[in-house]
Amino acid sequence: MNIDFSLITTEIALAILGLAIFTLGLIIPRSARKGLGNIALLGLIIVLGIAVYSWPNQGETLGGMYIVDHFSSFFKIVGLVAAILVVFGFRRYVAANVGNYLEYYSTIVFATLGMIVMISAGDFITLYLGLELMTISFIVLVAFRSFDVKSLEAGIKYLLLAGMSSAVLLYGLSLVYGATGTILFAEVAQSIIDGSGGLLLIIGLVMLIAGLGFKVSAAPFHMWSPDVYEGAPTSVTAFLATGSKAASFAILIRVFVGSLTGIQEHWVMLVAVLAALSMLIGNLIAIPQTNIKRMLAYSSVAQAGYIMVGIVAASQSGVKGVMFYSFIYVFATMGAFTVVAAVYNKIKSDEIADYAGLAQRAPLAATVLLVCMLSMAGIPLLAGFVGKFYLFMAIVDGYMWLVLLGLIMSMVSVYYYLRVVLVMFRDDPVDPTPLKMETSVTITLLIALGVTVFLGIYPGPLSEIANTAAQSFFTP
Amino acid sequence: MVEFALNHAWLVPLLPALAFVIIVFLTQRWKRLSSLVSITAMLGSFVIASIIAYGVFTNHEFIEKSLVYSLKWFGMEGFNINVGVMLDPTSSMMLFMVSLVASLIQIYSTGYMKGDPQYSLFFAYLSLFGASMLGLIISSNLLQLFVMWELVGLCSYLLIGFYTFKVSAREAAKKAFMTTRIGDFGMLLGILFLQIKFGTLDLVELAAAIPMFEQFGVSLGLLTLIALLFFMGPVAKSGQFPLHVWLPDAMEGPTPVSALIHAATMVVAGVYLIGRTLFLYVQVPGAMEVVAAIGAFTALFAAAIAITQREIKRILAYSTVSQLGYMMLALGVGSLSASMFHLWTHAFFKALMFLAAGSVLHALHNKADVWDMGGLIKKMPITGWTFVVGGLAIAGIPPFAGFWSKDEILVVTMEYAKHGHALGYVLFGMAAFTAFLTAFYMWRMIFLTFFGKEKAENHPHESPWSMTAPLIVLAVMASIGGLIGTPWANIWGEWINFGEVHHAEPALGLMLLSVILALAGIGLAYTLYCKDGEKKTARKLAENYQSLYQLSYNKFYIDEVYAWFTQKIVDGTARVTYYFDIYFVDGIVNGIAAVTRGSGKGLRYLQTGSMQTYALVFFLAILVITVVLAFGSPSLASIMGGVK
Repeated sequence: MNIDFSLITTEIALAILGLAIFTLGLIIPRSARKGLGNIALLGLIIVLGIAVYSWPNQGETLGGMYIVDHFSSFFKIVGLVAAILVVFGFRRYVAANVGNYLEYYSTIVFATLGMIVMISAGDFITLYLGLELMTISFIVLVAFRSFDVKSLEAGIKYLLLAGMSSAVLLYGLSLVYGATGTILFAEVAQSIIDGSGGLLLIIGLVMLIAGLGFKVSAAPFHMWSPDVYEGAPTSVTAFLATGSKAASFAILIRVFVGSLTGIQEHWVMLVAVLAALSMLIGNLIAIPQTNIKRMLAYSSVAQAGYIMVGIVAASQSGVKGVMFYSFIYVFATMGAFTVVAAVYNKIKSDEIADYAGLAQRAPLAATVLLVCMLSMAGIPLLAGFVGKFYLFMAIVDGYMWLVLLGLIMSMVSVYYYLRVVLVMFRDDPVDPTPLKMETSVTITLLIALGVTVFLGIYPGPLSEIANTAAQSFFTP
Repeated sequence: MVEFALNHAWLVPLLPALAFVIIVFLTQRWKRLSSLVSITAMLGSFVIASIIAYGVFTNHEFIEKSLVYSLKWFGMEGFNINVGVMLDPTSSMMLFMVSLVASLIQIYSTGYMKGDPQYSLFFAYLSLFGASMLGLIISSNLLQLFVMWELVGLCSYLLIGFYTFKVSAREAAKKAFMTTRIGDFGMLLGILFLQIKFGTLDLVELAAAIPMFEQFGVSLGLLTLIALLFFMGPVAKSGQFPLHVWLPDAMEGPTPVSALIHAATMVVAGVYLIGRTLFLYVQVPGAMEVVAAIGAFTALFAAAIAITQREIKRILAYSTVSQLGYMMLALGVGSLSASMFHLWTHAFFKALMFLAAGSVLHALHNKADVWDMGGLIKKMPITGWTFVVGGLAIAGIPPFAGFWSKDEILVVTMEYAKHGHALGYVLFGMAAFTAFLTAFYMWRMIFLTFFGKEKAENHPHESPWSMTAPLIVLAVMASIGGLIGTPWANIWGEWINFGEVHHAEPALGLMLLSVILALAGIGLAYTLYCKDGEKKTARKLAENYQSLYQLSYNKFYIDEVYAWFTQKIVDGTARVTYYFDIYFVDGIVNGIAAVTRGSGKGLRYLQTGSMQTYALVFFLAILVITVVLAFGSPSLASIMGGVK
């Protein structure tokens, strides 16, 4: 079995980076560990450069177990961007609230590596490998505030529930293997066309959906996410909501749209129902929340529902919609969570009520939170609107009920987003002293703001790229 | 360098847009710096616009073919929207004119707005306006143009209501915004029709497609409807009857705003737009007649109001409405050249007069009634004499700019009449009579303001150089700006026209007529308001013809008619729908909201925090799905539909 190393340079570089940070952390004195963040940042930017540079490379290696095409490269870039923003925007938050543990940044890098391997998976074993690398890294990260009971509780919950979902996923994989006799996606697709199937395959399919639905926090497999999102360090929450979710969507598409196409009639409706449920549950339960992280967790469930609409379409325009939305979702979510972390750093609270008068105390942070939330709600001239437009246009023939539900639920979401806005802009602060944001936070916020506004006004180029990538997915 | 400017024309609107962002986010605290940023950006735009104008007007290829470049904004299958730049002689001329006038007015504003607490914000708005107006001019696509169109409307709203402490200013801003929205709505419908029927909003593609409208399944009736709907936008924006009511009220804004937005640039956007889409109107003669008739009527109607008004800026406002009518008339009779020429000269002399009026108001501490002024020319020589230049230009005295362009409009209207349009003679009569009225009311104002006896209670003084220098530049343009379009050497008509280049013989008879009309108007004004120190005859006339005087003074009661209409009919309907709304619609909405909130709260109890529950739900869901899929899937699919 020949290995084409040129196709996996990104992965190799990332693995080296993770090990290097870890080793370096052991060598250098404890006081110098603060600098590890900078090394991680620099390294990740270089890896991103490599990933962008190797965009033209396409092919398969390890006998089809590893697929590199524009589709996977796109999601790798999304994951790396998320990782960079997490490392950069939450520096002070991590230093102040997590501690300078040498494992933190290397674990972030390993989680990223897990995502990237999963995105490129061409068979079930690689998929599981990447998924577990990612999940185990996240279990560690979620529980990182070991002095905080909430963080520990979230860690335990995530450990047990993720383990459970992994077991289900693995069971599903074995059933699919049993039904088709192969673990390679391409051969599974062929075998289904050749007539294999039956109850075994369908049960396997359900378990696959459950296992991956858990990762993207789609209802009704979402129940872990509010607790974990709330308890985890905010930086980890942000990464969980963006990178982990985007990578899981990539592999969902790869497995369902790419491989299980033959039994589409069995899962399209199922995914549509799950999407509808996610929109409903996410948006409705977000309304009474008082903790902003919990609210964003439910909003993230709803967002998963919107993105799943693109899988329902199971077409090029649907896949393009998912890619576009994943990209912009990273920036909107990162922007929102960066504000949450920065505010927590100052006032030690995640309660929405404590955001009163934030517009006076930290105008930029309040503006970015406003814009990011409006983008998630899908207000025109912001990126989220364009993304939702692409997603819903892909299913407008045939799933009108889902489109209508999406529209109504978007309106509902405006309600709970604007509640936060109201508190920030209308209410007077208890303590009017301005909150001074660090430069790294300001830059991250400006990036999130700039991308969200720019792609809302001028989505053309990214939409073209996503379209090309989606095309490469269907005609390799 | 010319190449660069032509290929980077988008820099022209971009520079002021950047200035807006910079002022709002960075320099707002420092007033002088903010105005400096704004003026520098506008001057930069002016330089680029000048180079573009040079490049275009030295290359004869541009007459036949415009330079267009664009990039895809957004799109999907079968529906693409581009944003782009379209350069031809018309748009280059507009770029030059707007950036020049805007630069001068921004310089003027540094003196006029001195000491205003919101000085920086004023310049930010002016920059935003400049960006949107210049963006409107270069638009190659109707949707892009519409966005800019709304943006200039927004800037107009912000600037009219700039003195937020004045109730009248706030009211005027609202009135302007709502009145123009009525027109914009029709215009948007027209644009949507064009997109649906012709599948494109690109100006070049539309120009190619519309002459073959029958191939697109569009009847002449529908095309006329589209043209008329589309015309609603310009009617409102360019203050044509019956949607002109907002423009005189818009004078509540600071005077530089009146000069820039409500005289020289934004209000001519409507004329420019019709000129841009003339390829549509020439296909529908009916719509053309409507344009011409509304134009001529507006010209006469507004002039008839202007003769009795007392506030200096109001007179100028009605004069603007009247002159815009002239431009529409020229378009209606099919002459892009004459219309754009008048637009060009009008921009200079009207901006000049507004700025001079601002200088007067500045000196007299906002005393606006011309009857309270008099003899100002002695204390304010620069303001006074530049105003006189403007007055000569608008009255149509050769060789000042207005003479040539107004004469051109009279000529094309006469030709239109001679080509078998009986309506043309009526239009010509209206236009000629308006010329007389214009000279009269304009000079009535000049004599009352600048000549005659000084009033003891006034202590006028000349304004600072930052205000008088722009006046002088504009006065020069108002004097010689028309010489490029004389019938003997009509360079203008050669470059800016629609269809065949038309070489008209100099119509000496018409020229003589228009000079006589102008002189008669000025003479009458002199007799009534200058020679007779007590103005006895003027007062007696007003008393003897009380009803006519009141009719004109009260602007033909149009505002009152609208007020009655809105109070009785709109409010009446509103009251009925109000009850329907609060009891029926709100009932439903509140019900939904209550259900939504309630279900949110209810569903929340599922989230117990206990992991056992979560695991239970997880496995239960798998079980249910498996059962449904394994046994009921086809029937479920047939219920929900949509499986491919």
